[in-house]
Amino acid sequence: MSVLRRRRDRGADRFADAPLDGPLLEIDNVQTHFKSDRGLVRAVDGVSFSLERGKTIGIVGESGCGKSVLSRSIMGLLPSNAVRHGSITFEGREIGKASSHLMKQYWGTQMSMVFQDPMTSLNPVMRIGQQIMESLRFHLDVSKDYAEETALALLRSVGIPEAERRLREYPHQLSGGMRQRVMIAIALACGPKMLFADEPTTALDVTVQAQILDLLQTQQRERFMAMVLVTHDLGVVAGRTDDIAVMYAGRIVEKAPTRVLFAQTRHPYTEALLKSIPKLAQASHTRLEAITGRPPDLVHPPTGCKFAPRCPYAQEKCVLEEPPLVEHGDAGHAFRCHFPVGTEAGADALARNLSAGETATGMPVRKEGEVLTTGIVV
Amino acid sequence: MAGSGTAHLRPEGESLLRVEELVVEFPVGRSGLRVHAVSNVRLDVKEGETLGLVGESGCGKSTTGKAIMQLPKPTGGRVLFEGADMTRLDGPDLRRTRTRMKMIFQDPISSLNPRRKVEDIIAEGLTIWNVGSTKEQQEKVDEMMATVGLDPSLQRGRRPHQFSGGQCQRISIARAVITDPRLIICDEPVSALDVSVQAQILNLLEDMKARYGLTLIFIAHDLAVVKNVSDRVVVMYLGKICEVGPPDDIYKQPAHPYTAALLAAIPVPDPAIRPDDRPQVSGEIPSPVAPPSGCRFRTRCPKAQDKCAQEEPVITELRPGQFVACHFPLAPGETLPTRNGQTASVAG
Repeated sequence: MSVLRRRRDRGADRFADAPLDGPLLEIDNVQTHFKSDRGLVRAVDGVSFSLERGKTIGIVGESGCGKSVLSRSIMGLLPSNAVRHGSITFEGREIGKASSHLMKQYWGTQMSMVFQDPMTSLNPVMRIGQQIMESLRFHLDVSKDYAEETALALLRSVGIPEAERRLREYPHQLSGGMRQRVMIAIALACGPKMLFADEPTTALDVTVQAQILDLLQTQQRERFMAMVLVTHDLGVVAGRTDDIAVMYAGRIVEKAPTRVLFAQTRHPYTEALLKSIPKLAQASHTRLEAITGRPPDLVHPPTGCKFAPRCPYAQEKCVLEEPPLVEHGDAGHAFRCHFPVGTEAGADALARNLSAGETATGMPVRKEGEVLTTGIVV
Repeated sequence: MAGSGTAHLRPEGESLLRVEELVVEFPVGRSGLRVHAVSNVRLDVKEGETLGLVGESGCGKSTTGKAIMQLPKPTGGRVLFEGADMTRLDGPDLRRTRTRMKMIFQDPISSLNPRRKVEDIIAEGLTIWNVGSTKEQQEKVDEMMATVGLDPSLQRGRRPHQFSGGQCQRISIARAVITDPRLIICDEPVSALDVSVQAQILNLLEDMKARYGLTLIFIAHDLAVVKNVSDRVVVMYLGKICEVGPPDDIYKQPAHPYTAALLAAIPVPDPAIRPDDRPQVSGEIPSPVAPPSGCRFRTRCPKAQDKCAQEEPVITELRPGQFVACHFPLAPGETLPTRNGQTASVAG
C-alpha cells in the first residue's frame, strides 16, 4: 500500500523530529498495580525491555502472569483503579506519565493493538468500511474518497476476498477469521510503527490461526514495523519472533533470542512450560509433565523466588532470596534463577531434591524413568 | 469428505457404543433451510478404548457427542449403547441410561451451579437415584474428591467460584465418575485451561480411566491433545468423517489431505521449523447450510479434481487399521504443497 499522504496531520509535528537511532521502545522497571478490596494486586512488577524498529518480541506466560496488563500499560489503556510506575520511552520520548488525551496522538499512528476477541472489539452496528476509515479520518484528515480507497486497499492487503462488498457489511456477517483480518486492517490503517497483538489467534481454529499469524508476519516485515506478540502458546512464538520474554507472577523470569531460549532453556518455569505441552512427536498416552499447583496470589506473592512453590529445583535459598534478572553470556540471555536448568548448580539442586523426595518448599518430587513427577499423586 | 461407508466399523458384538447413520439437522428460522450439522456419521467405541473426535469449529464433533447423549435427540440414525437403541428410549429409561453415560463440558465454571456447595454438586447423581444412605453417599463424595486431587475436609463446603478453572474441571470429573458410568463423553475438557493445568487434567483423565475402567470419547480441536489421550482417532469435517485410525499411524502418515493440513497448522514449539516451509490450506470452513457437493472438503483441498465435486468418496481401508474417505488419498511420504510453492495463500 502506498504511503499515506498527510495533509494536516493532527499532532504530527510532535513526531516530525523523532530520532531514528536507538530503540523504538524502551521500558524500565514498569510496575502496574490495581487497587482492590483485598489489597494491591501487583499485576506487573518491575518489567524492563527494549524493542528495536522492525523487530518482534514474544511475551509468553499463563493466564494471570501480567502479559496482557503489560501491553496495555505501554499503550496507556488501563482502568482507573490502576497505578503505573516506571519509565516508558517511545522514540526517545517519555510516555509513562502521558494523559490519555496525549496518548490519542499515539494510538493508531504510532502504536496500535489487535485484541483477542474480534467479535467484541468490533462495533456491531457500524459497517466494516466505516470502522477502518474512522481512524484514517481522525488522524490523517484525508478526504472521504481517499479514506475509502485506502480502506479498500487495506482489506485487500489483509486477504479479504470481495473487498468492495465487505466494506459495506457488518461484523456479524463475517467469520471469526475474517473479523480478525478486519481488526488487523484497522490496526494498520494509519501505518503504526509498533503493533501489539494480544492473543490474536486464541479464539480461532488451528488452520485459521496459521493464516492470521502468517498475515501478521508478512505485514510486520513489509512495513518494517515492530511487533509485540502476546500469547500463552510457546508454539505460536517459536518460529515467528526475534526475542521471547517469559513472564511469571508479573515479572520476566527469562528473556533471550528465540533460538537461544529453546536451545538453552535456563529457567525451570520455561522448562516446565515446554514440557507440559503435548507434542505430536510423542507417542500417544505419553505421560505429561504437568506443573503442580497454580500461579501465586498477586496480592500476597511469596517471598523469594515466585516460582519456588511449584519448582522441582527449589532450595532453601530460593525461599529466602529472590534471584535478580541477570544477563549471562553475550547472547542477550537473561534469567532469574539461583539454580538454572542445564547448569551444574541446577543438576545438583534437582538431585538433592530427588533424593530427599521433596523440595525446600515441601513439594514432593520423584522420577519414574524419564518422567519427573511433582506434587501429590493420587 | 464422505462419511458414507461402514468399512471402519468393527463387528457389532465388540463395541460398547455404536452410532449408525447419525444425522443432526437444525432449521434456520422459518426460511425452510437447514443446518447440516452431522450427516450420516457412523462410529463405534470398544470397551476400555479412548476415541478421539477431532476437527475445526463447525465440523460437528460436539453435536455428535451431544446427539449420542440425546441432547437433543438426533434427526436420524441409531445410537446403540449396551445393546439398547437410545434414540428409542424416553423418560425414566433414558435418564437411567444416562447414569452410565456421562458428559464433561468445555467451560468448567459455567457447567457447575454457582449456588450449590461442591459436595452437593458431586453427590447429585447419587441423591437423584437414592443410591445408598446419606452417610454412604458422603463417604463416596469424600473418596471421589480425594481421587481427583481435592481436599474433602477443607473444600467440601465451598462453592464453585472459590475454585480455579482447573479445579472446577476436577469437580466436573468427580461428578461424572461418581455414578459408576461406563462411558464418559469429554467435550473439549481442556481447551479453556492453561497449558500447565491442561497437562494436569489430561493426566488425571488417564488415571481415572485406568482406575475405574472407563471408556472415553474425547472431543477436541487440538490434535496434539487428542493424540496424547486416544487409542483411535476420528477426524471430522463439516459433519462428515474424513479419516479414522490409530493416532500414531494417522499422525505419522495422514492419508486425507484435510488431516495433513490440520497437522501442518499446529504451531510447533521449535524455532528451527519455519512456518513458511509448512503446508497450509487456504480459506475457511464453508457454511453447513449449503455444504459443497461430493466431497465436502473439495473447496479447500489442494488435490481436488472434478470427480470430488460429483461423487462422494466412501470410507475404505487404505492401510491396515487406517480408514480414509478420499478419492485421492496421500501416498506414504507425500505432502501437501507448502505455502511458498503455492500462489494463493489466502483465498475465500
